[in-house]
Amino acid sequence: MNLLLLLIIPLITALAVLFARSQSQVRWFSLAGSVAQLIASGVLLFAFNQARDYGNTAIILFEDNYRFFSNPNIQFHFGVDGIAVAMILLTSFVLLAGVLVSWNVQKLTKEFYFLLILLAFGAFGFFISLDLFVLFFFLEISVIPKYLLIGIWGSGKKEYAANKLALMLMGGSALILVGILLLYFNAGHTFDILQLSQTNINSQLQKIVFPLLFIGFGVFTALFPFHTWVPDGHSSAPTSGSMFLAGISMKLGGYGCLRIATYLLPEGAREYANIIIILSAIAILYGAFATMMQKDLKYINAYSSVSHVGFSLLGIGMLTQTAFTGALLQMVSHGVMTALFFAVIGIIYDRTHTRQVNEMGGLMKLLPFTMTAFFIVGLCSLGLPGLSGFVAEMTVFVGSWENADAFHRIATIAACVSIVVTAVYILRAIGKVAMGPLFVKDIKMGTESNSLKDASWNEKLALVLLIAGILAIGLVPEWLNKLLKPSAEMIMNRFTGN
Amino acid sequence: MSDFFLLMKQELAITVIIFFLLFVKITGKRANAGLLPWIQLLLLLNFLSGFFFIQSGTLFADMYHTNGLLAFQKSVLSLGVYLISLLCSDWLKKSEHLPEFFLLMCSSLLGMFLLISSGNLLMFYLSLELASIPVAAMANFDLHKKSASEGAMKLILISAFASAVLLFGISLIYGATGTISFASLAQVVTDSPLQILAFVFFFTAFTFKLSVVPFHLWTADVYEGAPIATTSYLSVISKGAVAFIFITVLYKVFAPLEDAWYWMLVVLSVLTMLIGNLFALRQQNIKRFLAFSSIAQVGFILVAITGAGVSAMASVTYFILIYIFSNLAAFGVAAVISEKAGKENIDEYKGLYKTNPFLSWMLVLALFSLAGIPPTAGFFGKLFLLTAGSEKGNFWLILIAGLNMVISLFYYLKIVRAVFMDKNETPIEKITVNSYVKMGMIICATGIIFAGLIGPLYDYIRELIIAYF
Repeated sequence: MNLLLLLIIPLITALAVLFARSQSQVRWFSLAGSVAQLIASGVLLFAFNQARDYGNTAIILFEDNYRFFSNPNIQFHFGVDGIAVAMILLTSFVLLAGVLVSWNVQKLTKEFYFLLILLAFGAFGFFISLDLFVLFFFLEISVIPKYLLIGIWGSGKKEYAANKLALMLMGGSALILVGILLLYFNAGHTFDILQLSQTNINSQLQKIVFPLLFIGFGVFTALFPFHTWVPDGHSSAPTSGSMFLAGISMKLGGYGCLRIATYLLPEGAREYANIIIILSAIAILYGAFATMMQKDLKYINAYSSVSHVGFSLLGIGMLTQTAFTGALLQMVSHGVMTALFFAVIGIIYDRTHTRQVNEMGGLMKLLPFTMTAFFIVGLCSLGLPGLSGFVAEMTVFVGSWENADAFHRIATIAACVSIVVTAVYILRAIGKVAMGPLFVKDIKMGTESNSLKDASWNEKLALVLLIAGILAIGLVPEWLNKLLKPSAEMIMNRFTGN
Repeated sequence: MSDFFLLMKQELAITVIIFFLLFVKITGKRANAGLLPWIQLLLLLNFLSGFFFIQSGTLFADMYHTNGLLAFQKSVLSLGVYLISLLCSDWLKKSEHLPEFFLLMCSSLLGMFLLISSGNLLMFYLSLELASIPVAAMANFDLHKKSASEGAMKLILISAFASAVLLFGISLIYGATGTISFASLAQVVTDSPLQILAFVFFFTAFTFKLSVVPFHLWTADVYEGAPIATTSYLSVISKGAVAFIFITVLYKVFAPLEDAWYWMLVVLSVLTMLIGNLFALRQQNIKRFLAFSSIAQVGFILVAITGAGVSAMASVTYFILIYIFSNLAAFGVAAVISEKAGKENIDEYKGLYKTNPFLSWMLVLALFSLAGIPPTAGFFGKLFLLTAGSEKGNFWLILIAGLNMVISLFYYLKIVRAVFMDKNETPIEKITVNSYVKMGMIICATGIIFAGLIGPLYDYIRELIIAYF
């Protein structure tokens, strides 16, 4: 399968949207494009598994190489491993759901969909590139659409949030850039990830470059203390913007931390692993406790995202194969889960015009479909077995426990504690919003209650899609595990020296 | 004799245009609207002529030399002049002295051509004067505006001062080495104190022309007062030409003094980026804003110059090409708005997107390219500058430059925010963009989008340079 297809479909869709004549054309073009992209990703998954079944054990499949610049030596080098396939699948899911959820955007519809698709385009390019420069190029492409999405279509302190997000992410990119250039000039004048993984990078250099890359990518994935853009950005963004931020954009960072920084620079990772563990344990606990104090549904999910993403960083810091697998599972699971969470919040806000937990109640009676989805995502978030959150977090804990010393044990136990806290805030939020007597601030029930309609067809479709994703990971995790495990093993081999 | 015509064909083409304009001026008054397309056509031909019959060789006892790289650089500058004639056509049409404006601009361009091609300090000095004196007259072209006269006065004084410093440096160099030819200087330059002193004077003259901090103080006032056609010429074409010859002089003539100028460049580049950026943060007038942003851009160019010769030259040439597209697009939008709506304040740009989506997209595209955001070409331009700068392993400098890119993003985003997000009761009314300006902008947009994605372009520039160095 030619991976360029994954870039061409969004590109054509974006152009079609740009030249569309009417609002409905814009919507249908984007829907068609994202469905096509989902199908292409499905085909990719199928082809990848088939190749593996036929005994193709190469790390990277479907490689393709085009010369871009000859000096500096930059190649359009594409290829996927299991991690990339999983991430591409996740991105297509979130893209489709995001397009469906934004069906009713009235303000500058064309520009809105164009930016959504451009963002996804950046993410797809990021996941398939095997050249650090090209990877960086795609990473940067995905930054500015976020700025515009939040700044133009957002709510609340949107300009502030958009600025903060863009500047922090660009700051992270500046660090990544210096790291990449250091590698280029000191490790054989190549940006190629595969070539770099075969060169012997001296440990002094690794110890300098690793923090640059890890912090740089870490900013994207809310590494404590660089997480401060997350709450503001998520809460100010429009619904699909938040879905993309949490579901796609934060995954770019997580992927970079593990698949680029840790994979290329094992000695650097070993050097700083304890710091990563401490920071992520703080993020997990701090995120969970901060969520308890929130009243705004979007802030609840934003802070809980900080906490949940902390699990994947914790998994990376633990440096065991199971923990790596867990970190990757958590990335995918969290991507689907928060996308669903934000979709639900978007629907609630659209109906009630408030996101404050204590300004509404008993919505189960009026919005049964949405509230059921809310229940499912809440339970997934607190780690109920059978849903994706449990599988991922459990794997991280098991992997962490493999480290037998006191330090790792304490960090693991601290992380476990957060699950209890999660249960507190999730159940409280669900209880207040869905259960109890029916009321919504500023809307008189009984007279206008008919105006609160349950999810429309497009929203239902988006919710069903994402719930299917959660169940697919939660009930039959084996297919995902099969994708991720060999890649986790490959990263682990860098540490054991096989 | 045929050698002469082929080698100097670009200079001769410009001279023909100058004579044509003189002829037009002498034979009587003509309507601007009828004349402008012809001038634009001539400038276009001048640009295209740069791509044929490229030869390398020297003339006049090594005073003048040319080769593929220099021809390419001259074409880049000609392209810029052509674009200015398109983008500022609203203002040019209204001007009472249209032929004179182009007369001055072409004379200055001729000066730049000779400057790039000079192989001798005398030629260098003469062509630098030819390049800078007409610009002072161009800056004062809005005769009724006091600020224009003030800016022009500052420019001429600064130019005179820079020339004096330059001449002093040249005379010291001649006194110490006994030669003024670049080729023989390269062999006899040593790092004796006298020669370093002479070099510092020489170097200072360049920093004036490039408006490197601390010699940048004239920039903002001149940019604000001058008509936008002049401002864009000053910020793009003139900077580009000086940067080209600067690299040649540093790496081909004063290479033995590298220890001395390396740290000078590092310190100046950090200062220039930082101060340019910090001052740009607070500007309200779009021309002053672009002035400070262009100072910061020069800082990035200096970062590249600290690297090794070939990649410094390649990345700077490439960057200037991209910079011409991006900066001229930004100035083009500013020119249209200032001419049609009379507004130059960033606050007055609020809500522009509602009324003028085309201009808004152009402005935003240009600003993203200046900020170095992909997929615009500015991203590649900036990154190659930084890549070139890191060849000597000075990664602290690259880190500082990277963080400066973040600061610069902040103020570029300020305009994006004003255009797209801020509400305004009385936004700039709908402006009809005439077809010349539109064509210029579309050329710029095409350049901004594709110049970066076409890899062979950079490889081509690099090959030209390897042949030269």
